[in-house]
Amino acid sequence: MNINMTLIGQTIAFAVFVWFCIKYVWPPISNALHERQKKIADGLDAASRASRDLEVAQEKAEQTLRESKEQASQILEQANKRSAQIVEEAREEARAEGERLVASARSEIEQEVNRAKEDLRAQVSHLAIIGAERVLEASVDEQAHRKLLDELAAEL
Amino acid sequence: MAAGNEVSSTYYIQHHLQNLTFGKHPDNGWSLASSAEEAREMGFWAIHLDTMGWSIAMGVLFIWVFRKAGKMATTGVPSGLQNAVEMVVEFIENLVSATFHGRNPLIAPLALTLFVWILLMNTLKIIPVDYFPELFARLGVDYMKIVPTTDPNATLGMALGVFCLIIYYSLKVKGVGGFAKELSLTPFNHWALIPFNLVLEIIGLLVKPLGLGLRLFGNMFAGEVIFILIALLPFWAIWLLDVPWAIFHILVVTLQAFIFTTLSVVYLSAAHEHH
Repeated sequence: MNINMTLIGQTIAFAVFVWFCIKYVWPPISNALHERQKKIADGLDAASRASRDLEVAQEKAEQTLRESKEQASQILEQANKRSAQIVEEAREEARAEGERLVASARSEIEQEVNRAKEDLRAQVSHLAIIGAERVLEASVDEQAHRKLLDELAAEL
Repeated sequence: MAAGNEVSSTYYIQHHLQNLTFGKHPDNGWSLASSAEEAREMGFWAIHLDTMGWSIAMGVLFIWVFRKAGKMATTGVPSGLQNAVEMVVEFIENLVSATFHGRNPLIAPLALTLFVWILLMNTLKIIPVDYFPELFARLGVDYMKIVPTTDPNATLGMALGVFCLIIYYSLKVKGVGGFAKELSLTPFNHWALIPFNLVLEIIGLLVKPLGLGLRLFGNMFAGEVIFILIALLPFWAIWLLDVPWAIFHILVVTLQAFIFTTLSVVYLSAAHEHH
């Protein structure tokens, strides 16, 4: 337990070890530590950024989906409306066509009836003349009695 | 029998507390001391070979392990040795950043060296007290005290190193005038009290390394003595006391290394402060 040169020796050893530590030990470990720290911080940063991006993208996708759904429903509605319109139009047209057909048929019938009436009338007048001739035993001058016959026919 | 037992116990204790000393004996010249008296007679011009050898071995072990880890150090996922080394480095870095308020790239490596080196030297104490003295006795070496921190030369030597740095940085940061002013005008800022201040401050300054070295030495030496006393017990009782004491010493070993390191950093931080 004497104080002797060991004291100086230990101080020198201490100085040498500290110098060695400063020169060769501390820098690589400290650098690696700090670099890793930075890397981890960067990684965490990137992760949080990515999650934020994902959120934004999700929101965007959702919005797009919502918009397209809306659009689709709009288109569907339009199509429905249009088809109803078309059906309505077709129905209207058909109805009009039918009416037209009915009207034309009716007018044709009327014409036919008229013609038949005319015919009938002519025949009646003719028969009347024949009857009158039979009755009078003389021919009746058709020309002379045309007026009379016409009046008769009109009365029928 | 009782007296003989006492003598052999005393001899055993003294033998275990004697360093292997090489020095200049007034009669024998440069030689190994063969007894405590001879070692004492050598005076200052002697060196404790065991203290120097074991402390340098521990220092080299520290440098080798940490250098190896430093070479392997990558920014990827660390493992094994690198993990352990990085834990220590980070611990020291936190300690320094918490207590040292200047900017000096020397302080952190210094603290790391102090902490790990003292820790390794202290840890040698966990090795049973008889192993190495017995082994070296068989090899023909009389004395072998393997724990360098139980030698005041070692602890005071490191404290002396720290003290030199304190003086160096005090002068460098504050200048000679600033340092002299700090010594002479604190704590009482009055010209009439300059001598009083000087005595107070210089004692305070000198007590720093002395306290640093003696605290570590005292703790380790006391622990060593207790280990030796326990080793004198009957063989069946040794483990009963040795095991708890060794477990307790795991705490003391770490704590003393930590205290030495922290106080060194604190003293150096104070040396860097302007007033």
